[in-house]
Amino acid sequence: MVKTTDLAYAYEDGKTLSFPDLELPKGEHLLIIGPSGVGKTTLLHLLSGLLPPAQGKITIGETELTALNRKELDTFRGAHMGIVFQQYHFIKSLTVSENMKLRQSYPQNADDKQRRNLLSERLGLADSASKKVTALSQGQKQRLSIALGLIHKPQIVFADEPTSNLDDENCDKVVQLLKDEAEICKSSLVIITHDQRVKSHFQNQVVL
Amino acid sequence: MKLSYLAFKNMVSKPLNLALSLMLLWLSVSLVTFVFQLSEQLSGQLDKNIAPFDMVVGAKGSPLQLVLSSVLHIDVPTGNIPLSEAKTIQNHPFVEVGIPVSYGDSFKGYRILGTELGYLEQYSAQLASGNLFQKSFEVVVGNSAAEQLGLKIGDTFVGSHGLAEAGGEAHDDHPYTVTGILQPTGTVIDQLLISNLESVWEAHDHGDEEHHEDGAHAHDEAHDHSDEHHHDHGEEDHNHEEHDHDDHDHEGHDHDDHDHEGHDHHDHNHEGHNHNDHEHDAEEHNGASHEGHHHEEGEHVHDDHDHEGHDHEAHHHDEEHAHDEEKEITSLLVKFKSPLGMVQLPRFINENTGMQAALPGYEVQRLTKLLGSGVQTINGIAFAILLVSALSIFISLLKTIRERRQELALLRTYGLSTRQLLGLALREGLFLALIGFVLGWILGRLGLWGVSQYLKKVYGYGLELRGPDVFEFYLLGLTLILTFIAALLASSSIFKLNVAKTLSDA
Repeated sequence: MVKTTDLAYAYEDGKTLSFPDLELPKGEHLLIIGPSGVGKTTLLHLLSGLLPPAQGKITIGETELTALNRKELDTFRGAHMGIVFQQYHFIKSLTVSENMKLRQSYPQNADDKQRRNLLSERLGLADSASKKVTALSQGQKQRLSIALGLIHKPQIVFADEPTSNLDDENCDKVVQLLKDEAEICKSSLVIITHDQRVKSHFQNQVVL
Repeated sequence: MKLSYLAFKNMVSKPLNLALSLMLLWLSVSLVTFVFQLSEQLSGQLDKNIAPFDMVVGAKGSPLQLVLSSVLHIDVPTGNIPLSEAKTIQNHPFVEVGIPVSYGDSFKGYRILGTELGYLEQYSAQLASGNLFQKSFEVVVGNSAAEQLGLKIGDTFVGSHGLAEAGGEAHDDHPYTVTGILQPTGTVIDQLLISNLESVWEAHDHGDEEHHEDGAHAHDEAHDHSDEHHHDHGEEDHNHEEHDHDDHDHEGHDHDDHDHEGHDHHDHNHEGHNHNDHEHDAEEHNGASHEGHHHEEGEHVHDDHDHEGHDHEAHHHDEEHAHDEEKEITSLLVKFKSPLGMVQLPRFINENTGMQAALPGYEVQRLTKLLGSGVQTINGIAFAILLVSALSIFISLLKTIRERRQELALLRTYGLSTRQLLGLALREGLFLALIGFVLGWILGRLGLWGVSQYLKKVYGYGLELRGPDVFEFYLLGLTLILTFIAALLASSSIFKLNVAKTLSDA
């Protein structure tokens, strides 16, 4: 599902960062773990095509990311990747369900109401569907963020520090939720974290 | 989900920004469209009203006032002119049509205009119902006047002295009867109550009989002879005696052979008969009204005797002519046969007669020039506001785009291209411009409606609430272009958006 070779990123100040080669079979999950400041988020941005690598090759599924131009990257990312951000990012002028709908609409222009309802139901957001996202609680925001990463049934879901602000109980819950949803969508899940508590959930692990 | 929906949601999510930008747009658009419509319609109205006539001849005074009063009927007249002098002009070879008008009375603020049927023809006024006036004190009513006054055919009303709505002394003894109602013409005729000249004269003569010991009989006579055909000789004779008329003319003369030689003409002091008049008479004699008489050029002095002498004959033309010299009208509306008239006649009249000639086209042009500078000032202000509103849209978009950088970056991760994000920002700006424009346009029309109500009340002129004008489409185009530029400039940061960095910076 994910394959990288000789991946390196050059920061603006000229410092370069090399990453170990990754290889993840289809349908399997991966935990990338490491302390703060080793470039975990940079790796995620490289894998999702948000940052261009200085060298190396990234293949997601059948597609070689590094061979795509900017527009093709946008389209590919929109269609096949889901990203659960460390900070929650929503469109504040839209409601919860509208945010989900928006995520479905690009780039395939799909509108699957059933899927929205199902996901809202499973993530406990059904009652908040017509709320403004700014009116959500912290936990609801976390769950909406997960919903937005998965609503469009991507091939691969990247989650950046999904558990950093959570207590042990909720940490387990959220990781389980991500795993379950990924299973349902038949997506590969790639979690990037410094949180040692997540370790026990994953067989495939890479330490940075 | 459509980008437009998102753009709309984004727009309304900042109500204060929205309100400010919208209000500025409103203000400028409503101002421009309002002023445009107002000036356009006013000058359109003016042009339409003056179109039938090239020249107005009236009493000396302000030419603008003469045009305003006699053609547009929104001012008081400058005074009166003798009908005889008007007739001279009427018969001038350069003149195609000359229509005398006489007025001074009104009914509930609507003017009663004494004129000839030709006046209606000049404005192509058609009857909506009833008949044209045929006798004195029959009146045809302009469409909006009929509507406003609730007049129907067969209704009678009494004119009151003066042109103000409050009205002066009522001419109770001369009720007017409505015989016809005109179709709307979009001209001043819609506001008028139109009757023949004699009605106006008679209404006044009777009302003013006591103060007009001389001259009054002339009007009476004319009226009696030409209109009612029942001759009150007693009264007339009495009048003539009283006014020291040349009784020998009336009594001792042999009217049929026009023998004046036995008389010492120079002793006869006819009212109003100076040499000027005779000169005019000379011109008039070329006209049709004196066909029945065969005078040689040198005989002008005798003419008066003839006319006076024929008073009791059936020679209506002469008789009318004789009394024309005492009768007065407010003004004569003239249409020239050739452009030469425009060059020569006004100057001739202003230099050689006691009357003045005014050119409605010129006066109205002067007036609109005056209005025009006001219009330009307001337009300048409005366009300045339009620029400020574009600036405000620029600033508010710039601000929201900065505030929404993370959302824009998020949308990029959703698969939206830079171009789509740009489209989002432009849409937001253009929605604003469209809504602002439409609201402004409506506001402008509301303002126009308000002013129209006021004008109708005060001047009897209403304004139309028209659909969008071509100019207003241009204005819309301008607004959209300005907004587009503003939005484009404000959106430039979208091209430089660093998605990864923006999303990881909290």
